[in-house]
This record gives sequence, structure tokens and C-alpha cells, in this order.
Amino acid sequence: MTGTKYDAIVVGAGHNGLVCAAYLAKAGRKVLVLERRHQVGGATTSEEIHPGFTFSCCSYVVSLLRPWIIRDLDLPRYGYEILPLEATVTPFPDGRCLVRDSDPERTRRSIAKLSPRDAEVYKRFGQEMAELGRLIKPLIDDVAPDPLSRDPRELLRLGRLGKHLRGQGDEWLFANAKIMTMSAVDFLSEWFESEELIAPMAVSGIIGTFLGIRSPGTAYVLLHHYMGEIDGSFRAWGLPKGGTGAIANAMARSARDLGVEIRTEAPVAHLLMEKGKAAGVVLGNGDEIRAQVVISGLDPHRTFLKLVGEEHLEPELAQQVKRFKMRGSSGKVNLALDALPRLACLPEYGPHLQGGITIAPSIDYLERAYDDAKYGAFSRKPFMDVLIPSLTDPTVAPPGKHTMSIFVQYAPYHLKEGAADWPNQREAFGDAVIDTLSEYMPDLKDHILHRQVLTPWDLEQIYGLTEGNIFHGELSLEQLAFLRPMAGWSRYQTPVKNLWMCASGTHPGGGIMGVPGALCARTLLGKRAV
Amino acid sequence: MPIPSPFHERTQALCSSYRWKDWSGYCAVCSFDVSHEREYFAFRQSAGLLDVSPLYKYEVTGPDAAALLARMMVRDVSQLKVGRVAYTCWCDDGGKVIDDGTVARLASDHFRVTAADPTLHWLQAAGRGFDVTVEDSSTRLAALALQGPTSRAILRAAVTGADLDALKFFGVTRATVGTVPVWISRTGYTGDLGYEVWCERGDALALWDALIEAGRPHGIEPAGLDALDVTRIEAGFILLGVDYFSAKKVVLASRKSTPLELGFGWMVDLERGRFIGRDAIAAEKERGSVWQLVGLEVSWEELEALYESFNLPPSLPATARRDALPVYNDEGLQVGQATSHTWSPLLKKYLAIASVHRGYEAKGTKLQIEHTVEYERRKVTATVAPPPFYDPERKRKP
Ligand SMILES: Cc1cc2nc3c(=O)[nH]c(=O)nc-3n(C[C@H](O)[C@H](O)[C@H](O)COP(=O)(O)OP(=O)(O)OC[C@H]3O[C@@H](n4cnc5c(N)ncnc54)[C@H](O)[C@@H]3O)c2cc1C
Repeated sequence: MTGTKYDAIVVGAGHNGLVCAAYLAKAGRKVLVLERRHQVGGATTSEEIHPGFTFSCCSYVVSLLRPWIIRDLDLPRYGYEILPLEATVTPFPDGRCLVRDSDPERTRRSIAKLSPRDAEVYKRFGQEMAELGRLIKPLIDDVAPDPLSRDPRELLRLGRLGKHLRGQGDEWLFANAKIMTMSAVDFLSEWFESEELIAPMAVSGIIGTFLGIRSPGTAYVLLHHYMGEIDGSFRAWGLPKGGTGAIANAMARSARDLGVEIRTEAPVAHLLMEKGKAAGVVLGNGDEIRAQVVISGLDPHRTFLKLVGEEHLEPELAQQVKRFKMRGSSGKVNLALDALPRLACLPEYGPHLQGGITIAPSIDYLERAYDDAKYGAFSRKPFMDVLIPSLTDPTVAPPGKHTMSIFVQYAPYHLKEGAADWPNQREAFGDAVIDTLSEYMPDLKDHILHRQVLTPWDLEQIYGLTEGNIFHGELSLEQLAFLRPMAGWSRYQTPVKNLWMCASGTHPGGGIMGVPGALCARTLLGKRAV
Repeated sequence: MPIPSPFHERTQALCSSYRWKDWSGYCAVCSFDVSHEREYFAFRQSAGLLDVSPLYKYEVTGPDAAALLARMMVRDVSQLKVGRVAYTCWCDDGGKVIDDGTVARLASDHFRVTAADPTLHWLQAAGRGFDVTVEDSSTRLAALALQGPTSRAILRAAVTGADLDALKFFGVTRATVGTVPVWISRTGYTGDLGYEVWCERGDALALWDALIEAGRPHGIEPAGLDALDVTRIEAGFILLGVDYFSAKKVVLASRKSTPLELGFGWMVDLERGRFIGRDAIAAEKERGSVWQLVGLEVSWEELEALYESFNLPPSLPATARRDALPVYNDEGLQVGQATSHTWSPLLKKYLAIASVHRGYEAKGTKLQIEHTVEYERRKVTATVAPPPFYDPERKRKP
């Protein structure tokens, strides 16, 4: 038992938990953050896995972190810096490649080699997507709309939003309806003819989902990627200096300066429930800490089934929670390299390496990768998003040496042999990744000093991501906006009194964005719940 | 027509954008690639290598060198120890600023002065009667600025004959890079950890190659003036001919500026005896200055809302800008002008350097700055914030 009484306890120091705590402290509340691991950040973390090499173990690039949060919490002062990614290179098995970068003319020439027609359309496509993204931006910067509300204020807000959207004209509405329902490939095929261009563009639609690029609904996820905002204006993705962990550290420093108390290695065993209400938490060591409200920074499964416990839940609620789809589908391989490997298609050193290398050579390739996963196996030839962060940010590796981050899909949590078989298949999965990548980087294997393989099972064990889902629940349409995490409970409050939620399992969802945390705090303060 | 600098052979081979401009009669790179972004981030994340040979340089030597410069400069540089550098400005008799630059004491009777404008005649005029020799070393010496967090590691790898870790902020030392004898000063125009390296013109290419070679594992990037311009605004450094004008060059007296107006008051010691412009500065101190140089942070929320009212996403020029914008008080009266402005990719803020009338300089004062959207001139709030906007600890750290 400790004596201090807190206004709020945040469980989990993921980036959303930290943002939520900081906003509450900024409003004068006394806040305690409890983190299970030895460091803050959750899936927004960087660790020295091999001496001298700092890996951003999970998330590796940032685009959706809202500028208003960056400003409100003064993050640049605490070490937050984003470096732009230069390019996206897509190598093909026959030695050709596609390079898209910040120079529109160079990009046009590169695409023209695949299709002169697509080269012309490409820029226009980017503009239209950015435009679509901009128009739905009010949806992600504010609490989810509540279509059932009778509250006049909410009706007014819905009306404004409706007007805002209708004001964009019919064309926009049609485009929007399409993007909400189509598959990424179908949507892109309306614009482009070259499969070799469509494939690497379509992968944005499947990141973190258990869907294929031909599955309906994946077009919408594409849009998320065009919403990435680096400089306040719509821009490409960027690399945080010092790794994504530096973002969480900046948030933690800002929060501490605002008065937040953060304890690491302090796992919460379960909530302290009194008369069906949350009264505080019980730590793994048995300590009880009380607070007016408890805010869970964990995913919906862990929040309800572990922190609260099924015995405290109405059976139907428990059912609803279990229906919320987690089913992780991706893994990560991080490498320490003693030298820069060469790309077979562009062997010389150049700025093109300071961006993403996308292994997505054709639509069939990606669909086949999905086939493996459908039947409970990792993809033998997976989709990979590869980055060499040390080229842009030399602080993460010793001089002349490099780190490589490989995001891999598909790696289904539920293997045919069961999730618990992942430790037996981990190295085979790592081998499949390195073997496939070596087809495009023939000297890769000569340079590997250390390799870290994270399967969805590892993501669950190490980072507490249920079923290894990178977004605390799939970003599919039936799990977004007023349906996230459950119909009727999208506004951070939960059916358990005094328990709130602030992480990626709530609106507007996963990714390093900070919005769930910020909006949860805003809602709590607005309702004077704390 | 501008002429090539001593590093031209290297820079022109790398300048794939063909974007050059005239800097003091030399061809200077704006940005090597079509966008200066990578070069900007090199300054802030690793290291940028910039050709600063076009700067004017003067060697002032002789028994009276210290006395002459103490008379000419607003700052008492005679107190400077050997191996130290001072940033200072100098004025005409009326206390109006002619230029600003650095004075390095290389030996007890040898100073090196850098300036943005030609200054030989002024050194000679001020030096009449002093036992000094003034050499214009501008073309004899080549110079590179190596700026950014990894700049020290690069020099450590490249340099012999000097202890880089002992070189303090605003220190200067002799050293050797490869086989090239150089002077290294821990100075620069980016407001970050950084150095300037000086060598004889004939050694320029060897110096460039040695630094690039040593810098490769540390993320060195050749950088141009566009990237520099963003960093210098973040650092709050003013630029002659942009943020103020030389007293020797303007037609209108009202265009002249004083050290106090430009925020150089900290350089001035009125008690130390006579120096050029002293009495006028003392009188201004009594009377109060008319203008004050300030930093402004433009409200992003208002900009966004302004663009939104046109149904447009916010957009700002990609490079730092020098077109002056009027600044108003809340009654709509023009009270000054913003002379440099830029979006800071690092701070996520739209920053400006401005001159405002007395009374509007207090930190936190809310002013209005002009902003044009769709050919319409509008205003958005800009808040006074004292520069530097960006001031990393590593800049002065031992
Ligand atoms: C492999 C991978 C790659 C990704 N790539 C990207 C990317 O490139 N860009 C991007 O924007 N997003 C990416 N994401 C998604 C992004 O990282 C997450 O959506 C985001 O970090 C989640 O933040 P959060 O605060 O909501 O939750 P989390 O970061 O999951 O935070 C939850 C915290 O709670 C802690 N915790 C769990 N149980 C307890 C307990 N009982 N007691 C106390 N604490 C507990 C955890 O340790 C953790 O720190 C990626 C994710 C993964 C896994």
C-alpha cells in the first residue's frame, strides 16, 4: 500500500500512455504511469541489441504523429527530430528496379521505363490521395463521430462534418465510397496499368492486417499512408533520430517535466475492483495503488481479459471483446552489419539507399505470400520493407557500420502447429527473410554481425502485443471509428466504471500517432472525470 | 560573371541540380540536389560540408594590431587571448553598423577578420597612424565550414597536430589535415556544433578530399546555401543585406541600424574607452532605441485555418525566404517587418526574424504578420520569441 492518492494511473508507458499522462499533468492532474518493461515506449522503442548498434526493434518510421501534439508537448526540445526518407526502391528479380524519390522528374523517368502512361498519372494520383486524406483528416484529429447520439452538440458536429464532406462535391463522395470498399489492387488498377508499379504501391494497404492486396477494404488503409504528415503539410514518411525510441523518450521527458511520475519494471497484475468499479491497480509484487481513474494503455484484449478479468465482465461484453480481431500477421528482422550491402540493381552508393527498399516485385508475388499465411505458415517469399537507418542517422551504429530494419509480412500468429510453435520456427523464418533479401542484395550474408528475429509470438511475449498485432487490433473498416474497440464505447470510456482506454485499440487506431492518448485525456478532462 | 571558388572542381561535379548563385562574385551552390532537405538534415544530424571561401578575410598584423581592432570593433577584441575568436560588429562614426563578422587572434600580433562585405578600405581608414599591416587574404585562403553533430568525430579522424577535444567553442588552432596545414576554428553560422577550416588556396582540393574521406562513416554531406539559410534563421543569426543594411551602402538614413537595435548590445562596453561609434551608442542608450530586432513564431493553427478557409492544405515555400513581410500590431498599424522567414523542419514551426518598433519587442507580444493565400493578403498571429530558436547543448559543450 502506498499513501499517495493519484488522480489517474496510466497502465503501460507506450507512446499513447505517455501522451495521455502528459496532457493530464499539463491540466494539473497528478498522474502515475506504470510500465511493465525496463524502459518506456512499448512498440515505439529503440534498444542496443548488439553492442554499439541501436535497433528500432518494432516501429521504425513515423508519419502520423500529429504536429499539434509535437507542439503541445514541446517534443523537439526533448530530443524529437525527424529525418526525411529519401526514396523508395523496388528491385525486380531480373535486375531492373523502380526508384521513386523526392525529385518528381527523376521519379517520372523511372516509372516511364515501366509505363509512360503511368508516369504521367503518378503525380496526379498522389495529389488526389493527399486531397482525400486531407478531407478525412478531421476524422482522425477528433473523437470518433457518434451516429446514434441525440446530444445536440454531437449532432451539430456531425452536421458540420457532413457538410464538410458534402461540400467536396459528388466526385469526392464517389471516390470516397470506392476507397472504403475496394481492394488496394482494384483501386490502383483504376489508375495504373503497370503491375510493377501497382504491387509496391498496394502494400501500404496490407500493413498490419491479415488481408491480401486483393482483399476488399485494403484500399482504405492506403489512404492512411497518404495522410502521413511530417511538416504540417502532407508529406512522406520519416526516420526519427536515435530510432523511434527517441520519440517515446522525448515524450517521457516532457511528461516528467510536467510532473508525471513514471515507474518502469512495475507490471500491473490486475485492477483493484471495488463494487464493480476500478479503484486502482494491484502490481505484480502485490502493492496496491489507488486512483480516481485508471487508464489502460494496453490493447482491448489485455485491458478487459487480463487487467479487469473475465469474472468482472458481463458475458456479452466479454464476447464482444473476444470478437475484436487481433491476429498479428507481421514480424521484424533487425540486422547489425559490418558494411553497407550492395543492391544488385543499383550497386553504387547513393541517396537511394537512404530510403525504403520494398520487396514487392509483383501482384502475384504478394498474393502468394498471403496464400502461405492463410494456411498457417509464414511466407516463404515475404513482402519486406527494408531500411538502413544508420545511413541517415549515423548515431545508431559505429562509424562505417550499419543497422538494417526489415519489416516482414506475412508471419501469422496462429501457425498451423499453434502459436506456441513459433520458437521452433523462428530461425527458419529469419532464414527465409535473409535468403529472399539476398536475391536482391547478393552480399548481404557476408556482412551480418548480428540478427534479431521477432515473430508475432515474440512481439506478444516481449512487448505485450496480444497475438502480436502491431496496431492493438486490425485496422479494418469494421474495427475503426465508432466501432473501435466496440460499438458504443469509442470515446475512451469503458463499460467498467472509472476505467478508460488510451492506446492504439481506440479511435483513430494504431501507428505512432499519439492521438488516442491525447483525445482520451481531452475527453476525461472535458467530462471532469478526473 | 561569378568565378569558380578553389573547391569548384569538386562542388560542380556533385551539383546535380545545377542550382548556383553569386556569393561575393563566386559561384556558390544553392543545393546539390533539387531539394536542399538532405543537406539541411545533415547539418542537424550528421555533418554538412559547405564552401565558405567567398567570405572576405583580412590578416591584421603588427605591434598595433590589437589596438587598431579595439578601436574599430564594438567589442574589445584587444582582450582576446591567442587562440580565441570573437563575434563582433563594427560601426561608422555615427554608431551605425557597417558589418558583422569574426575576429580571431592567431598570435599576439596577428588577427584574422572575416566580413560579409569588402572591408580593406575601412581597416586602412581606421588604421591610419597605427603600426599595422593589413593583408586582404580573401583569395589566398580557401575555407570550408564543417557543421553538425558528427563534425568533431570527423575532424578527430582527419586531423593531426591538434587536440580537437581541447578546442573550446570560439577557439582556434593550427592543425594538419592529411598533409595540408590548416587553421581550425570552432565557429559557424548554423548554431550547431561545428568548425571552419582554413587553408591555402592551392591545398583546397586536398583538404576537401581528406574531409570527405574521413567523413564518410559519419554521414558527411556536401551542403549548399539553401540549407545554411534555414539553419541560420533557426540559430537566430542575422544576415547583412537581408536583415539589416550596411551604413556604408544605404541611401536612406532610416535604413541604417545600430548595434543596440540589432541585438548586439551585449558586445558593447561603453566604459572601456574610445572606439568608433561609442558616443553615438552611449547617446542611444540614454535615449532608447527606435527599432528592435526580434524573433517571431507564426501561429501554425491560424495558418492552417486560413488555408482551410480557402479549402486548401497549408503550404509554405520550401526554402527560407528573404522577401520582407509587413508586421502589424493588433490595431492594424504596421510596426515593423519580417526580413527572413522559414519553416523549421526540426522545430515544426514557421519562424521569422523581424525588426519592430520600440514597445513591441517583449517576449510573448502578439503581432500580426502578412500572409498571402490565393493572391489575397491576409494576416496571422506571430508571437515574439527571443532568438535563438534552436540552441543545442552540443554547440558549446567541451
Ligand atoms: C513490428 C512493428 C512495426 C511497426 N512499424 C510501425 C511503423 O513503422 N510506423 C508506425 O507508425 N507504427 C508502427 N507500428 C505500430 C506502432 O508501433 C504501435 O501502433 C504503437 O507504438 C502503439 O503504441 P501504444 O502506446 O498504443 O501501445 P504500446 O506501445 O503497445 O504500449 C503498451 C505498453 O504497455 C506495457 N504493458 C503491457 N502490459 C502491461 C502491464 N500489465 N503492466 C504495465 N505495463 C504493461 C507494454 O510493455 C507497453 O509499453 C509497428 C508495430 C510493430 C510491432
